[in-house]
Amino acid sequence: MTLTVSPPAPVQTPANPPSRPRKAVPVRRALAYLLLSVLSVAVLVPFAWMVSASLKLDADVFSVPIQWIPAEFHWENFTNIWERIPLLTYLRNSVFLSLTITALQVLTGSFAAYGFAKVRFPGRDALFLAYIATIAVPWQAYMVPQYIIMQKAGLVNTHLSLILLQAFGAFGVFLMRQYYLTIPDELCEAGRLDGLSEYGIWARIVLPLSKPALASLALLTFVNTWNDYMGPFIYLTDNKLWTIQLGLRSFVGLYDAEYAMIMTGSVLSVLPILVIFLLGQKYFVRGIATSGLK
Amino acid sequence: MATTLSAAGTGRRRSSTWIGWSFILPNFLGFAALTLVPVIAALALSFLDWDSYSTPRWVGLDNFERMIHNDTFWTALKNTAYYAIGHVPLTLCAALGFAVLLNQKLRGARFFRTALFFPYITSLVAVAVVWNMLLSPDLGPVNQFLRAIGIDSPPGWTTSTTWAMPAVIVASVWRDLGYYMILYLAGLQTIPAELYEAAEVDGANGWQRFWSITVPSLRPTTFFVLIMLTISSFKVFDLIQVMTEGGPGRSTLVLSQVIYREGIVQGRFGYSSAVSMVLFAIVLTITLIQFQLQRRSER
Repeated sequence: MTLTVSPPAPVQTPANPPSRPRKAVPVRRALAYLLLSVLSVAVLVPFAWMVSASLKLDADVFSVPIQWIPAEFHWENFTNIWERIPLLTYLRNSVFLSLTITALQVLTGSFAAYGFAKVRFPGRDALFLAYIATIAVPWQAYMVPQYIIMQKAGLVNTHLSLILLQAFGAFGVFLMRQYYLTIPDELCEAGRLDGLSEYGIWARIVLPLSKPALASLALLTFVNTWNDYMGPFIYLTDNKLWTIQLGLRSFVGLYDAEYAMIMTGSVLSVLPILVIFLLGQKYFVRGIATSGLK
Repeated sequence: MATTLSAAGTGRRRSSTWIGWSFILPNFLGFAALTLVPVIAALALSFLDWDSYSTPRWVGLDNFERMIHNDTFWTALKNTAYYAIGHVPLTLCAALGFAVLLNQKLRGARFFRTALFFPYITSLVAVAVVWNMLLSPDLGPVNQFLRAIGIDSPPGWTTSTTWAMPAVIVASVWRDLGYYMILYLAGLQTIPAELYEAAEVDGANGWQRFWSITVPSLRPTTFFVLIMLTISSFKVFDLIQVMTEGGPGRSTLVLSQVIYREGIVQGRFGYSSAVSMVLFAIVLTITLIQFQLQRRSER
Protein backbone atom coordinates (compact mmCIF):
# COMPACT_ATOMS: atom_id res chain seq x y z
CA MET A 1 0.00 0.00 0.00
CA THR A 2 3.03 2.25 0.02
CA LEU A 3 4.50 3.99 -2.96
CA THR A 4 5.44 0.93 -4.96
CA VAL A 5 4.22 2.34 -8.23
CA SER A 6 6.46 5.37 -8.52
CA PRO A 7 8.70 5.05 -11.56
CA PRO A 8 12.32 6.17 -11.27
CA ALA A 9 12.18 9.93 -11.29
CA PRO A 10 14.02 11.48 -14.20
CA VAL A 11 16.80 13.79 -13.15
CA GLN A 12 15.30 17.22 -12.86
CA THR A 13 16.59 19.89 -15.18
CA PRO A 14 16.70 22.95 -12.98
CA ALA A 15 15.60 25.26 -15.81
CA ASN A 16 12.06 25.77 -14.59
CA PRO A 17 11.45 26.86 -10.98
CA PRO A 18 12.15 23.79 -8.83
CA SER A 19 9.58 24.59 -6.16
CA ARG A 20 7.16 21.85 -7.29
CA PRO A 21 9.36 19.29 -8.98
CA ARG A 22 6.77 16.56 -8.84
CA LYS A 23 4.50 18.42 -11.21
CA ALA A 24 6.93 17.56 -13.96
CA VAL A 25 6.16 13.84 -13.73
CA PRO A 26 2.69 13.32 -15.20
CA VAL A 27 2.94 9.51 -15.25
CA ARG A 28 3.55 9.46 -11.55
CA ARG A 29 0.62 11.74 -10.89
CA ALA A 30 -1.63 9.65 -13.08
CA LEU A 31 -0.62 6.52 -11.23
CA ALA A 32 -1.14 8.21 -7.87
CA TYR A 33 -4.61 9.25 -9.00
CA LEU A 34 -5.43 5.79 -10.20
CA LEU A 35 -4.23 4.13 -7.03
CA LEU A 36 -6.01 6.65 -4.84
CA SER A 37 -9.27 6.31 -6.76
CA VAL A 38 -9.24 2.52 -6.66
CA LEU A 39 -8.46 2.47 -2.95
CA SER A 40 -11.01 5.14 -2.07
CA VAL A 41 -13.70 3.28 -3.96
CA ALA A 42 -12.69 0.14 -2.06
CA VAL A 43 -13.03 2.03 1.22
CA LEU A 44 -16.43 3.35 0.21
CA VAL A 45 -17.82 -0.01 -0.96
CA PRO A 46 -19.41 -0.85 2.41
CA PHE A 47 -21.34 2.42 2.30
CA ALA A 48 -22.48 1.81 -1.24
CA TRP A 49 -23.65 -1.61 -0.25
CA MET A 50 -25.44 -0.23 2.79
CA VAL A 51 -27.38 2.34 0.77
CA SER A 52 -28.13 -0.10 -2.01
CA ALA A 53 -29.42 -2.78 0.37
CA SER A 54 -31.55 -0.26 2.24
CA LEU A 55 -33.61 0.25 -0.93
CA LYS A 56 -34.22 -3.42 -1.72
CA LEU A 57 -36.53 -6.18 -0.58
CA ASP A 58 -35.04 -8.57 1.98
CA ALA A 59 -34.99 -11.32 -0.61
CA ASP A 60 -32.94 -9.26 -3.05
CA VAL A 61 -30.23 -8.11 -0.65
CA PHE A 62 -28.03 -11.16 -1.15
CA SER A 63 -28.65 -11.70 -4.84
CA VAL A 64 -26.12 -13.48 -7.03
CA PRO A 65 -24.53 -11.68 -8.78
CA ILE A 66 -24.53 -8.57 -6.63
CA GLN A 67 -26.96 -5.89 -7.75
CA TRP A 68 -25.31 -2.60 -6.92
CA ILE A 69 -28.22 -0.58 -8.21
CA PRO A 70 -31.55 -2.04 -7.08
CA ALA A 71 -33.83 -3.15 -9.91
CA GLU A 72 -36.68 -1.43 -8.12
CA PHE A 73 -36.21 1.28 -5.50
CA HIS A 74 -38.14 0.44 -2.35
CA TRP A 75 -38.28 3.85 -0.75
CA GLU A 76 -41.07 2.61 1.50
CA ASN A 77 -38.37 1.00 3.67
CA PHE A 78 -37.57 4.49 4.89
CA THR A 79 -41.18 5.15 5.92
CA ASN A 80 -41.96 1.68 7.24
CA ILE A 81 -39.05 1.57 9.65
CA TRP A 82 -40.59 4.28 11.85
CA GLU A 83 -43.46 1.91 12.60
CA ARG A 84 -41.30 -1.16 13.07
CA ILE A 85 -39.17 0.28 15.86
CA PRO A 86 -39.60 3.39 18.05
CA LEU A 87 -36.99 5.16 15.96
CA LEU A 88 -38.23 8.61 16.89
CA THR A 89 -37.70 7.91 20.59
CA TYR A 90 -34.22 6.57 19.93
CA LEU A 91 -33.28 9.58 17.82
CA ARG A 92 -34.68 11.97 20.41
CA ASN A 93 -32.65 10.29 23.15
CA SER A 94 -29.51 10.40 21.03
CA VAL A 95 -29.98 14.06 20.20
CA PHE A 96 -30.68 14.94 23.82
CA LEU A 97 -27.65 13.10 25.19
CA SER A 98 -25.29 14.30 22.47
CA LEU A 99 -26.33 17.95 22.81
CA THR A 100 -26.26 18.01 26.61
CA ILE A 101 -22.94 16.26 26.91
CA THR A 102 -21.36 18.38 24.19
CA ALA A 103 -22.57 21.62 25.78
CA LEU A 104 -21.28 20.66 29.22
CA GLN A 105 -17.99 19.35 27.91
CA VAL A 106 -17.29 22.46 25.87
CA LEU A 107 -18.30 24.79 28.68
CA THR A 108 -16.47 23.15 31.59
CA GLY A 109 -13.57 22.10 29.38
CA SER A 110 -12.83 25.54 28.02
CA PHE A 111 -13.34 27.09 31.45
CA ALA A 112 -10.90 24.69 33.10
CA ALA A 113 -8.46 25.06 30.23
CA TYR A 114 -8.20 28.78 30.98
CA GLY A 115 -7.17 27.94 34.52
CA PHE A 116 -4.50 25.57 33.23
CA ALA A 117 -3.20 27.79 30.44
CA LYS A 118 -3.48 31.37 31.66
CA VAL A 119 -3.56 31.42 35.46
CA ARG A 120 -0.41 30.55 37.35
CA PHE A 121 -0.78 28.94 40.77
CA PRO A 122 1.04 26.33 42.83
CA GLY A 123 0.02 22.75 42.07
CA ARG A 124 -1.37 23.61 38.67
CA ASP A 125 1.02 21.47 36.67
CA ALA A 126 0.67 18.48 38.97
CA LEU A 127 -3.08 18.71 38.59
CA PHE A 128 -2.77 18.89 34.83
CA LEU A 129 -0.56 15.83 34.90
CA ALA A 130 -3.33 13.94 36.71
CA TYR A 131 -5.68 14.89 33.88
CA ILE A 132 -3.24 13.72 31.23
CA ALA A 133 -2.47 10.50 33.09
CA THR A 134 -6.10 9.45 33.12
CA ILE A 135 -6.30 9.85 29.33
CA ALA A 136 -3.71 7.07 29.11
CA VAL A 137 -5.61 4.74 31.46
CA PRO A 138 -7.94 2.52 29.46
CA TRP A 139 -11.53 3.28 30.30
CA GLN A 140 -12.21 -0.43 30.76
CA ALA A 141 -9.80 -0.43 33.68
CA TYR A 142 -12.10 1.76 35.75
CA MET A 143 -15.53 1.12 34.31
CA VAL A 144 -16.43 -1.24 37.14
CA PRO A 145 -15.77 1.30 39.95
CA GLN A 146 -17.68 3.87 37.89
CA TYR A 147 -20.55 1.47 37.65
CA ILE A 148 -20.50 0.83 41.39
CA ILE A 149 -20.61 4.58 42.08
CA MET A 150 -23.56 5.01 39.73
CA GLN A 151 -25.31 2.01 41.27
CA LYS A 152 -24.87 3.38 44.79
CA ALA A 153 -26.16 6.76 43.62
CA GLY A 154 -29.19 5.04 42.10
CA LEU A 155 -28.41 6.47 38.69
CA VAL A 156 -28.11 3.28 36.67
CA ASN A 157 -30.69 3.27 33.89
CA THR A 158 -30.95 7.06 33.69
CA HIS A 159 -29.66 9.51 31.12
CA LEU A 160 -28.09 11.46 33.95
CA SER A 161 -25.54 8.70 34.53
CA LEU A 162 -24.21 9.00 30.98
CA ILE A 163 -24.22 12.78 31.12
CA LEU A 164 -22.19 12.76 34.34
CA LEU A 165 -19.79 10.16 33.01
CA GLN A 166 -19.06 11.80 29.70
CA ALA A 167 -19.43 15.54 30.20
CA PHE A 168 -16.32 16.07 32.31
CA GLY A 169 -13.77 14.25 30.24
CA ALA A 170 -10.12 15.14 30.39
CA PHE A 171 -9.86 15.24 26.60
CA GLY A 172 -11.76 18.51 26.24
CA VAL A 173 -9.59 20.21 28.85
CA PHE A 174 -6.47 18.96 27.10
CA LEU A 175 -7.57 20.05 23.62
CA MET A 176 -8.64 23.53 24.75
CA ARG A 177 -5.53 24.08 26.84
CA GLN A 178 -3.31 23.28 23.89
CA TYR A 179 -5.15 25.91 21.91
CA TYR A 180 -5.12 28.54 24.66
CA LEU A 181 -1.35 28.20 24.91
CA THR A 182 -1.11 29.59 21.39
CA ILE A 183 -3.01 32.76 22.39
CA PRO A 184 -0.41 35.39 23.40
CA ASP A 185 -0.38 36.27 27.09
CA GLU A 186 -0.06 39.94 26.11
CA LEU A 187 -3.73 39.93 25.06
CA CYS A 188 -4.79 38.77 28.51
CA GLU A 189 -2.42 41.28 30.07
CA ALA A 190 -4.02 44.07 28.05
CA GLY A 191 -7.40 42.94 29.30
CA ARG A 192 -6.15 43.04 32.87
CA LEU A 193 -4.87 46.59 32.42
CA ASP A 194 -8.29 47.53 31.10
CA GLY A 195 -9.72 46.34 34.37
CA LEU A 196 -11.23 43.06 33.23
CA SER A 197 -11.39 40.25 35.77
CA GLU A 198 -9.97 36.84 34.83
CA TYR A 199 -13.52 35.68 34.09
CA GLY A 200 -14.02 38.72 31.88
CA ILE A 201 -10.80 37.94 30.01
CA TRP A 202 -11.97 34.38 29.45
CA ALA A 203 -15.40 35.45 28.23
CA ARG A 204 -14.49 38.52 26.20
CA ILE A 205 -11.00 37.82 24.86
CA VAL A 206 -10.01 34.15 24.97
CA LEU A 207 -13.35 32.55 24.17
CA PRO A 208 -14.03 34.59 21.01
CA LEU A 209 -10.49 33.87 19.81
CA SER A 210 -10.85 30.14 20.29
CA LYS A 211 -13.86 29.55 18.07
CA PRO A 212 -12.04 27.04 15.81
CA ALA A 213 -10.94 24.96 18.79
CA LEU A 214 -14.41 25.16 20.33
CA ALA A 215 -15.88 23.96 17.06
CA SER A 216 -13.41 21.07 16.92
CA LEU A 217 -14.17 20.00 20.46
CA ALA A 218 -17.92 20.35 20.00
CA LEU A 219 -17.97 18.31 16.81
CA LEU A 220 -15.70 15.57 18.11
CA THR A 221 -17.70 15.29 21.33
CA PHE A 222 -21.02 15.28 19.54
CA VAL A 223 -19.99 12.57 17.12
CA ASN A 224 -18.39 10.47 19.85
CA THR A 225 -21.50 10.66 21.98
CA TRP A 226 -23.81 9.97 19.07
CA ASN A 227 -21.79 6.89 18.11
CA ASP A 228 -21.11 5.68 21.65
CA TYR A 229 -22.24 2.14 22.13
CA MET A 230 -20.65 0.88 25.33
CA GLY A 231 -21.91 3.65 27.64
CA PRO A 232 -25.60 3.26 26.77
CA PHE A 233 -25.14 -0.52 26.50
CA ILE A 234 -23.92 -0.74 30.08
CA TYR A 235 -26.13 1.88 31.69
CA LEU A 236 -29.45 1.94 29.84
CA THR A 237 -31.73 -1.07 30.17
CA ASP A 238 -35.08 0.63 29.62
CA ASN A 239 -36.15 0.62 25.99
CA LYS A 240 -37.58 4.14 26.35
CA LEU A 241 -34.15 5.50 27.22
CA TRP A 242 -32.23 3.81 24.41
CA THR A 243 -30.14 5.68 21.91
CA ILE A 244 -30.21 5.04 18.17
CA GLN A 245 -27.18 2.75 18.47
CA LEU A 246 -28.83 0.50 21.04
CA GLY A 247 -32.11 0.53 19.17
CA LEU A 248 -30.42 -0.50 15.96
CA ARG A 249 -28.45 -3.23 17.69
CA SER A 250 -31.55 -4.68 19.31
CA PHE A 251 -33.41 -4.57 16.00
CA VAL A 252 -30.59 -6.58 14.44
CA GLY A 253 -30.79 -9.08 17.28
CA LEU A 254 -34.55 -9.51 16.99
CA TYR A 255 -35.02 -9.54 13.24
CA ASP A 256 -31.72 -10.69 11.87
CA ALA A 257 -33.22 -11.78 8.54
CA GLU A 258 -34.72 -8.40 7.69
CA TYR A 259 -31.58 -7.35 5.92
CA ALA A 260 -33.05 -4.44 4.02
CA MET A 261 -34.68 -2.90 7.08
CA ILE A 262 -31.47 -3.30 9.08
CA MET A 263 -29.59 -1.41 6.40
CA THR A 264 -32.31 1.24 6.31
CA GLY A 265 -31.82 1.77 10.03
CA SER A 266 -28.06 1.89 9.55
CA VAL A 267 -28.35 4.53 6.86
CA LEU A 268 -30.62 6.61 9.10
CA SER A 269 -28.19 6.32 12.02
CA VAL A 270 -25.26 7.47 9.87
CA LEU A 271 -27.06 10.26 8.01
CA PRO A 272 -26.96 12.93 10.78
CA ILE A 273 -23.25 12.28 11.26
CA LEU A 274 -22.60 12.60 7.53
CA VAL A 275 -24.33 15.99 7.43
CA ILE A 276 -22.48 17.27 10.48
CA PHE A 277 -19.20 15.95 9.16
CA LEU A 278 -19.55 17.54 5.74
CA LEU A 279 -20.45 20.89 7.32
CA GLY A 280 -17.60 20.89 9.81
CA GLN A 281 -14.93 18.77 8.20
CA LYS A 282 -12.25 21.42 8.60
CA TYR A 283 -12.71 21.45 12.36
CA PHE A 284 -12.65 17.66 12.69
CA VAL A 285 -9.35 17.47 10.87
CA ARG A 286 -7.88 20.34 12.84
CA GLY A 287 -9.04 18.91 16.15
CA ILE A 288 -7.47 15.55 15.46
CA ALA A 289 -4.26 17.08 14.17
CA THR A 290 -3.95 19.27 17.31
CA SER A 291 -4.55 16.40 19.69
CA GLY A 292 -1.82 14.51 17.88
CA LEU A 293 0.79 17.23 18.06
CA LYS A 294 1.74 17.69 21.66
CA MET B 1 0.69 37.64 35.18
CA ALA B 2 4.24 38.96 35.53
CA THR B 3 3.75 42.70 35.88
CA THR B 4 1.32 44.04 38.40
CA LEU B 5 1.40 47.00 40.68
CA SER B 6 0.10 45.17 43.74
CA ALA B 7 2.85 44.70 46.26
CA ALA B 8 1.82 41.82 48.49
CA GLY B 9 3.25 38.79 46.66
CA THR B 10 1.79 36.08 48.86
CA GLY B 11 -1.64 37.61 48.93
CA ARG B 12 -1.53 37.81 45.18
CA ARG B 13 -0.51 34.20 44.85
CA ARG B 14 -3.29 33.17 47.16
CA SER B 15 -5.82 35.04 45.08
CA SER B 16 -4.50 33.58 41.84
CA THR B 17 -4.73 30.13 43.40
CA TRP B 18 -8.32 30.84 44.23
CA ILE B 19 -9.02 32.16 40.72
CA GLY B 20 -7.23 29.25 39.04
CA TRP B 21 -9.16 26.69 41.04
CA SER B 22 -12.44 28.45 40.39
CA PHE B 23 -11.88 27.95 36.66
CA ILE B 24 -10.93 24.32 37.01
CA LEU B 25 -13.44 23.34 39.66
CA PRO B 26 -16.62 22.81 37.61
CA ASN B 27 -14.83 20.31 35.42
CA PHE B 28 -12.70 18.94 38.22
CA LEU B 29 -15.66 17.95 40.41
CA GLY B 30 -17.03 15.68 37.72
CA PHE B 31 -13.59 14.52 36.68
CA ALA B 32 -12.49 13.69 40.23
CA ALA B 33 -15.68 11.88 41.22
CA LEU B 34 -16.09 9.85 38.06
CA THR B 35 -12.62 9.39 36.64
CA LEU B 36 -9.91 10.03 39.20
CA VAL B 37 -11.56 8.20 42.11
CA PRO B 38 -12.58 5.19 39.99
CA VAL B 39 -9.03 4.91 38.59
CA ILE B 40 -7.63 4.73 42.11
CA ALA B 41 -10.48 2.55 43.35
CA ALA B 42 -9.89 0.03 40.57
CA LEU B 43 -6.46 -0.67 42.00
CA ALA B 44 -7.82 -1.16 45.52
CA LEU B 45 -10.75 -3.28 44.32
CA SER B 46 -8.44 -5.80 42.72
CA PHE B 47 -7.25 -6.82 46.21
CA LEU B 48 -10.78 -7.25 47.57
CA ASP B 49 -13.18 -10.11 47.49
CA TRP B 50 -16.35 -8.25 46.67
CA ASP B 51 -19.43 -9.42 44.82
CA SER B 52 -22.45 -7.23 44.40
CA TYR B 53 -24.16 -8.91 47.39
CA SER B 54 -21.27 -9.53 49.78
CA THR B 55 -19.33 -7.14 51.94
CA PRO B 56 -15.83 -6.25 50.72
CA ARG B 57 -13.05 -8.31 52.27
CA TRP B 58 -9.30 -7.91 51.82
CA VAL B 59 -7.88 -11.01 50.13
CA GLY B 60 -4.48 -9.85 48.95
CA LEU B 61 -3.50 -11.48 45.68
CA ASP B 62 -6.25 -14.12 45.63
CA ASN B 63 -8.00 -12.53 42.63
CA PHE B 64 -4.80 -12.58 40.66
CA GLU B 65 -4.13 -16.17 41.60
CA ARG B 66 -7.58 -17.19 40.48
CA MET B 67 -7.00 -15.32 37.27
CA ILE B 68 -3.78 -17.07 36.29
CA HIS B 69 -5.49 -20.42 36.76
CA ASN B 70 -8.44 -19.34 34.69
CA ASP B 71 -8.71 -20.62 31.17
CA THR B 72 -10.98 -17.85 29.90
CA PHE B 73 -8.55 -15.20 31.05
CA TRP B 74 -5.70 -16.71 29.04
CA THR B 75 -7.88 -17.16 25.96
CA ALA B 76 -8.95 -13.53 26.16
CA LEU B 77 -5.37 -12.38 26.68
CA LYS B 78 -4.17 -14.35 23.67
CA ASN B 79 -7.03 -13.07 21.52
CA THR B 80 -6.35 -9.48 22.55
CA ALA B 81 -2.69 -9.88 21.60
CA TYR B 82 -3.70 -11.48 18.31
CA TYR B 83 -5.98 -8.57 17.55
CA ALA B 84 -3.26 -6.05 18.39
CA ILE B 85 -0.65 -7.82 16.28
CA GLY B 86 -3.00 -7.69 13.30
CA HIS B 87 -4.56 -4.29 13.89
CA VAL B 88 -1.51 -2.17 14.73
CA PRO B 89 0.80 -2.82 11.74
CA LEU B 90 -2.00 -3.00 9.17
CA THR B 91 -3.63 0.23 10.29
CA LEU B 92 -0.27 1.98 10.50
CA CYS B 93 0.78 0.95 6.98
CA ALA B 94 -2.60 1.78 5.48
CA ALA B 95 -2.72 5.17 7.19
CA LEU B 96 0.83 6.06 6.15
CA GLY B 97 0.29 4.88 2.57
CA PHE B 98 -2.87 6.91 2.14
CA ALA B 99 -1.32 9.97 3.76
CA VAL B 100 1.68 9.87 1.42
CA LEU B 101 -0.60 9.48 -1.60
CA LEU B 102 -2.84 12.33 -0.45
CA ASN B 103 0.08 14.61 0.29
CA GLN B 104 1.01 15.00 -3.37
CA LYS B 105 -1.12 18.10 -3.87
CA LEU B 106 -3.44 16.26 -6.22
CA ARG B 107 -6.61 17.91 -7.33
CA GLY B 108 -9.52 16.40 -5.44
CA ALA B 109 -7.37 15.50 -2.46
CA ARG B 110 -10.05 16.95 -0.22
CA PHE B 111 -12.63 14.56 -1.59
CA PHE B 112 -10.39 11.57 -1.08
CA ARG B 113 -9.53 12.68 2.44
CA THR B 114 -13.23 12.99 3.27
CA ALA B 115 -14.00 9.58 1.83
CA LEU B 116 -11.16 7.87 3.66
CA PHE B 117 -11.91 9.54 6.97
CA PHE B 118 -15.63 8.91 6.94
CA PRO B 119 -15.55 5.29 8.20
CA TYR B 120 -13.94 6.54 11.41
CA ILE B 121 -16.94 8.63 12.41
CA THR B 122 -19.56 6.20 11.16
CA SER B 123 -21.55 4.69 13.97
CA LEU B 124 -20.11 1.46 15.18
CA VAL B 125 -23.29 -0.54 15.02
CA ALA B 126 -23.77 0.36 11.36
CA VAL B 127 -20.14 -0.58 10.68
CA ALA B 128 -20.45 -3.92 12.44
CA VAL B 129 -23.75 -4.76 10.81
CA VAL B 130 -22.66 -3.89 7.30
CA TRP B 131 -19.39 -5.84 7.65
CA ASN B 132 -21.23 -8.84 8.99
CA MET B 133 -23.38 -8.79 5.88
CA LEU B 134 -20.47 -8.17 3.51
CA LEU B 135 -18.64 -11.11 5.07
CA SER B 136 -21.66 -13.38 5.20
CA PRO B 137 -20.27 -16.84 4.33
CA ASP B 138 -22.65 -18.06 1.63
CA LEU B 139 -23.97 -15.07 -0.25
CA GLY B 140 -21.96 -12.13 1.07
CA PRO B 141 -20.32 -9.94 -1.58
CA VAL B 142 -16.81 -10.64 -0.28
CA ASN B 143 -17.13 -14.39 -0.68
CA GLN B 144 -18.95 -13.98 -4.00
CA PHE B 145 -15.93 -12.04 -5.17
CA LEU B 146 -13.50 -14.62 -3.81
CA ARG B 147 -15.35 -17.40 -5.60
CA ALA B 148 -15.36 -15.37 -8.80
CA ILE B 149 -11.58 -15.15 -8.74
CA GLY B 150 -11.31 -18.91 -8.27
CA ILE B 151 -11.26 -19.54 -4.53
CA ASP B 152 -13.69 -22.43 -4.22
CA SER B 153 -14.16 -22.60 -0.48
CA PRO B 154 -13.69 -19.06 0.89
CA PRO B 155 -13.47 -18.62 4.67
CA GLY B 156 -16.60 -18.56 6.81
CA TRP B 157 -15.41 -15.29 8.44
CA THR B 158 -17.46 -14.48 11.54
CA THR B 159 -19.00 -17.94 11.64
CA SER B 160 -15.62 -19.67 11.76
CA THR B 161 -13.42 -19.87 14.83
CA THR B 162 -10.31 -19.47 12.66
CA TRP B 163 -11.49 -16.57 10.54
CA ALA B 164 -13.59 -14.53 12.96
CA MET B 165 -10.59 -12.60 14.29
CA PRO B 166 -9.22 -11.74 10.82
CA ALA B 167 -12.73 -10.55 9.91
CA VAL B 168 -12.83 -8.27 12.95
CA ILE B 169 -9.34 -6.99 12.16
CA VAL B 170 -10.29 -6.16 8.56
CA ALA B 171 -13.32 -4.19 9.71
CA SER B 172 -11.33 -2.38 12.39
CA VAL B 173 -8.49 -1.41 10.05
CA TRP B 174 -11.05 -0.09 7.60
CA ARG B 175 -12.66 1.93 10.34
CA ASP B 176 -9.53 3.41 11.94
CA LEU B 177 -7.19 4.14 9.06
CA GLY B 178 -8.71 7.56 8.34
CA TYR B 179 -7.99 8.84 11.83
CA TYR B 180 -4.32 7.92 11.76
CA MET B 181 -4.09 9.14 8.18
CA ILE B 182 -5.02 12.61 9.43
CA LEU B 183 -2.25 12.42 12.03
CA TYR B 184 0.24 11.38 9.35
CA LEU B 185 -0.94 14.13 7.01
CA ALA B 186 -0.26 16.66 9.75
CA GLY B 187 3.20 15.13 10.19
CA LEU B 188 3.94 15.23 6.47
CA GLN B 189 3.21 18.95 6.34
CA THR B 190 6.16 19.57 8.63
CA ILE B 191 8.73 17.99 6.28
CA PRO B 192 10.51 20.78 4.37
CA ALA B 193 10.10 20.48 0.59
CA GLU B 194 13.80 21.33 0.15
CA LEU B 195 14.74 17.89 1.45
CA TYR B 196 12.86 16.23 -1.40
CA GLU B 197 14.26 18.66 -3.95
CA ALA B 198 17.81 18.00 -2.81
CA ALA B 199 17.23 14.24 -2.98
CA GLU B 200 15.78 14.55 -6.43
CA VAL B 201 18.78 16.51 -7.63
CA ASP B 202 20.94 13.71 -6.23
CA GLY B 203 18.98 11.26 -8.37
CA ALA B 204 17.05 9.49 -5.64
CA ASN B 205 13.92 7.75 -6.91
CA GLY B 206 10.54 7.86 -5.25
CA TRP B 207 11.11 4.69 -3.27
CA GLN B 208 14.48 5.92 -1.98
CA ARG B 209 13.03 9.32 -1.10
CA PHE B 210 10.26 7.61 0.83
CA TRP B 211 12.65 5.52 2.91
CA SER B 212 15.41 8.06 3.43
CA ILE B 213 13.36 11.23 3.93
CA THR B 214 9.70 10.56 4.61
CA VAL B 215 10.04 7.68 7.07
CA PRO B 216 12.81 9.21 9.23
CA SER B 217 11.15 12.65 9.28
CA LEU B 218 7.88 11.11 10.38
CA ARG B 219 9.44 9.31 13.33
CA PRO B 220 7.75 11.50 15.99
CA THR B 221 4.36 11.01 14.32
CA THR B 222 4.92 7.27 13.98
CA PHE B 223 5.84 7.10 17.63
CA PHE B 224 2.62 8.83 18.62
CA VAL B 225 0.54 6.75 16.20
CA LEU B 226 2.08 3.53 17.49
CA ILE B 227 1.27 4.38 21.09
CA MET B 228 -2.28 5.41 20.29
CA LEU B 229 -2.85 2.34 18.13
CA THR B 230 -1.44 -0.07 20.68
CA ILE B 231 -3.48 1.41 23.51
CA SER B 232 -6.63 1.36 21.44
CA SER B 233 -6.09 -2.24 20.31
CA PHE B 234 -5.73 -3.50 23.83
CA LYS B 235 -8.89 -1.63 24.77
CA VAL B 236 -10.87 -3.04 21.87
CA PHE B 237 -14.41 -3.77 22.97
CA ASP B 238 -17.37 -2.31 21.16
CA LEU B 239 -16.60 -3.43 17.61
CA ILE B 240 -16.14 -7.01 18.76
CA GLN B 241 -19.11 -6.84 21.09
CA VAL B 242 -21.38 -5.85 18.21
CA MET B 243 -19.78 -7.93 15.45
CA THR B 244 -19.24 -11.29 17.14
CA GLU B 245 -19.96 -10.91 20.88
CA GLY B 246 -16.67 -12.74 21.43
CA GLY B 247 -17.71 -15.76 19.41
CA PRO B 248 -17.99 -18.14 17.80
CA GLY B 249 -17.11 -19.98 20.97
CA ARG B 250 -14.45 -17.84 22.61
CA SER B 251 -12.54 -17.19 19.40
CA THR B 252 -12.80 -13.40 19.53
CA LEU B 253 -13.26 -12.92 23.27
CA VAL B 254 -11.00 -10.07 24.44
CA LEU B 255 -9.92 -8.77 27.86
CA SER B 256 -12.37 -5.87 27.93
CA GLN B 257 -15.24 -8.26 27.46
CA VAL B 258 -14.03 -10.39 30.35
CA ILE B 259 -13.97 -7.28 32.53
CA TYR B 260 -17.46 -6.34 31.41
CA ARG B 261 -18.90 -9.82 31.89
CA GLU B 262 -17.28 -10.49 35.24
CA GLY B 263 -17.63 -6.99 36.68
CA ILE B 264 -20.91 -5.63 35.41
CA VAL B 265 -22.94 -8.66 34.33
CA GLN B 266 -21.85 -11.04 37.11
CA GLY B 267 -21.10 -8.35 39.69
CA ARG B 268 -17.71 -9.81 40.64
CA PHE B 269 -16.15 -6.44 41.34
CA GLY B 270 -12.88 -7.67 42.85
CA TYR B 271 -12.02 -10.27 40.25
CA SER B 272 -12.92 -8.06 37.28
CA SER B 273 -10.76 -5.28 38.71
CA ALA B 274 -7.83 -7.68 38.87
CA VAL B 275 -8.30 -8.40 35.15
CA SER B 276 -8.53 -4.68 34.46
CA MET B 277 -5.26 -4.13 36.29
CA VAL B 278 -3.62 -6.61 33.92
CA LEU B 279 -5.03 -4.68 30.98
CA PHE B 280 -3.72 -1.43 32.43
CA ALA B 281 -0.30 -2.95 33.17
CA ILE B 282 0.03 -4.21 29.59
CA VAL B 283 -0.89 -0.85 28.11
CA LEU B 284 1.47 0.96 30.47
CA THR B 285 4.37 -1.42 29.81
CA ILE B 286 4.05 -1.17 26.05
CA THR B 287 3.86 2.61 26.24
CA LEU B 288 6.96 2.78 28.42
CA ILE B 289 8.89 0.43 26.14
CA GLN B 290 7.99 2.57 23.16
CA PHE B 291 9.13 5.68 25.03
CA GLN B 292 12.46 3.98 25.75
CA LEU B 293 12.94 2.93 22.13
CA GLN B 294 12.04 6.41 20.95
CA ARG B 295 14.57 7.98 23.31
CA ARG B 296 17.28 5.56 22.24
CA SER B 297 16.70 6.22 18.56
CA GLU B 298 16.90 9.96 19.16
CA ARG B 299 20.40 9.70 20.56
